[in-house]
Amino acid sequence: MLFNLAIKNLIGAGMRTWLNVFVTAVSFFMIIFISGMYDGMRSHAKQVTIDTEVAGGAYWHPQYDPLDPFSYEDSHGIPPEEIRDLIKNEKAFSILVSQASIYPSGRMMPVTMKGIEPEQSIINLPTRSLLKETDGLIPVLMGNSMANYTKLKVGDSFAIRWLDANRTYDADEGLIVYIMETENFKVDMGTIWIPLERAQTMLDMKNEATYITFAKNISTVQEKGNWIYRDVDYLMRDMEAMIAADEPNARIMYAILLALAGMGIFNSQILSIFRRRKEIGTLMAIGMTRSRVVGLFTLEGGMNAFFALIMTLVLGGPVFIYFSMYGIPLPIDYTEMGLIMAKRLIPVYTMGLFVSTTLFISFVVLVLSYLPSRRIAKMKPTDALRGKVV
Amino acid sequence: MSNNSVVNITNLLKQFPVGGDYFTALSDINLNLENAEFMGLVGPSGSGKTTLLNIIGGLDSPTKGNVNVLGMELGSSSHNERANLRKTKMGFIFQSYNLLPVYTVFENVELPLILNKVETQERNRLVTQAVDWVGLSDKIDSRPAQLSGGECQRTAIARAIVHKPTLILADEPTANLDAENSHHIMNIMVRLNKELDTSFIFATHDEKIMAYLRRIIHLEDGQIVKDEHFDNPKSGKN
Repeated sequence: MLFNLAIKNLIGAGMRTWLNVFVTAVSFFMIIFISGMYDGMRSHAKQVTIDTEVAGGAYWHPQYDPLDPFSYEDSHGIPPEEIRDLIKNEKAFSILVSQASIYPSGRMMPVTMKGIEPEQSIINLPTRSLLKETDGLIPVLMGNSMANYTKLKVGDSFAIRWLDANRTYDADEGLIVYIMETENFKVDMGTIWIPLERAQTMLDMKNEATYITFAKNISTVQEKGNWIYRDVDYLMRDMEAMIAADEPNARIMYAILLALAGMGIFNSQILSIFRRRKEIGTLMAIGMTRSRVVGLFTLEGGMNAFFALIMTLVLGGPVFIYFSMYGIPLPIDYTEMGLIMAKRLIPVYTMGLFVSTTLFISFVVLVLSYLPSRRIAKMKPTDALRGKVV
Repeated sequence: MSNNSVVNITNLLKQFPVGGDYFTALSDINLNLENAEFMGLVGPSGSGKTTLLNIIGGLDSPTKGNVNVLGMELGSSSHNERANLRKTKMGFIFQSYNLLPVYTVFENVELPLILNKVETQERNRLVTQAVDWVGLSDKIDSRPAQLSGGECQRTAIARAIVHKPTLILADEPTANLDAENSHHIMNIMVRLNKELDTSFIFATHDEKIMAYLRRIIHLEDGQIVKDEHFDNPKSGKN
């Protein structure tokens, strides 16, 4: 009975119903849209890090500490045989890390110089550009943020100074062979990439490496010597920590969005219910009990949320699909701020996001329908009939 | 109180709190209404007509005294029991019609039957019959906004009678209507009273209505000052 009455009331109220539904649908849309962007941003950051840096994991030289540049001097060695086999089978590649200084336009700048196997295809860096003929100069690959910072462009040359294995300073001239567009600031800012063999020669560290990155889905080697196995979880822990640190912000943003949505829904529901005081009085006069009146209005609120969900899917669905396919262009380059963020952000809309938002908004609508109708139903029917203000 | 009694009120007192004091709306009311009576509560504004009507309808509660309506003692009954009494045995007609604006004439009239859980087919039959009674068959799919004042009140009457209640309470049912519509409405109600033996209590100060009443209770300052009976009131004729 209540269901039929609720349907009649909602359909019969025409524009008023659709305005309420629209307000709720906008709330649904905004929460899903913005949460999707946020999830997309985090998912993208993870994906880019794996794609351009982490791959399937790594074996580190026991002395290597990426957060301590002074450890670079000692963190190099010839990898164990089993790891070398992986490299030989192109399932892994070596990176040799050292400190260096570059002198672009006469300025001195400390950098991390990384030697990398140019023909690797395990991480998504344009390392093949390092194969370019440079007439004896050191071919250098760097990211666009680094290039902007140093004001270097392809074809520019500059001095590079380093400390070799014998603790002797040496220097030579590098040539920018490629400037890569990358969103991962960790392979960009403060880093120059040179061919592995050239790095080994320059540093007098023949066949040596600082760490070995291996492809995804490679099982761990048995004989890794004293080299340390680092899985993806370990290598991503900084990123995960950043995301975890950002979690309260995400929650606050979600709460703000919900509060805004709640206020919109509250306004429309309150307005809708309080302007129907006389109707509530009439229903009580013809014999509807208070609990049924409350049930009817709460049910109407629930249906409002249901219609809003349908409206969100029908009107917002194509928008969600479009953006999840083509992304949203961001107005500025956030990588310069040290954030791993795409220039075109692809939002991620998960089923969990849809379900949790739907449940939460429906709950809010139900509560916001229940409370005012309960208050009105508590009025004396004579007051409700007169449309008296509660 | 006779077996035929529809309403029996003894020593009724009704007070409303006003500021820190009480305003006495009704006092020392003793009244008995027999089945199929056609009675009016008449008096100037503020005399307590609507308050008494609301108490009889179980929409308001007495401060003191006994109010027995259709066998139920309202003072000791619960909200749900009173709602159930209104749902099954009473009909209400209001001055401002109180039709639900989003419902059609059919749906407004159907509402008491839905509350009484009457089967769909029976509902359709009873609604059609009630709408026919008040002469609104051609407006059955119209909404209140598309009706005149008289048509709205006829819809409200159809809603009040559709479940064939024993008692109908009408609060100033003709106050918003012109003379022609007022007579038309009253003729319908006189006919209902005769054919269905439905008891009517009107709250009114409209003289057009008084001409149809067989009993008039005069109220002044919350007290019954006169109880008049008429053998030959205007009945079913314009």
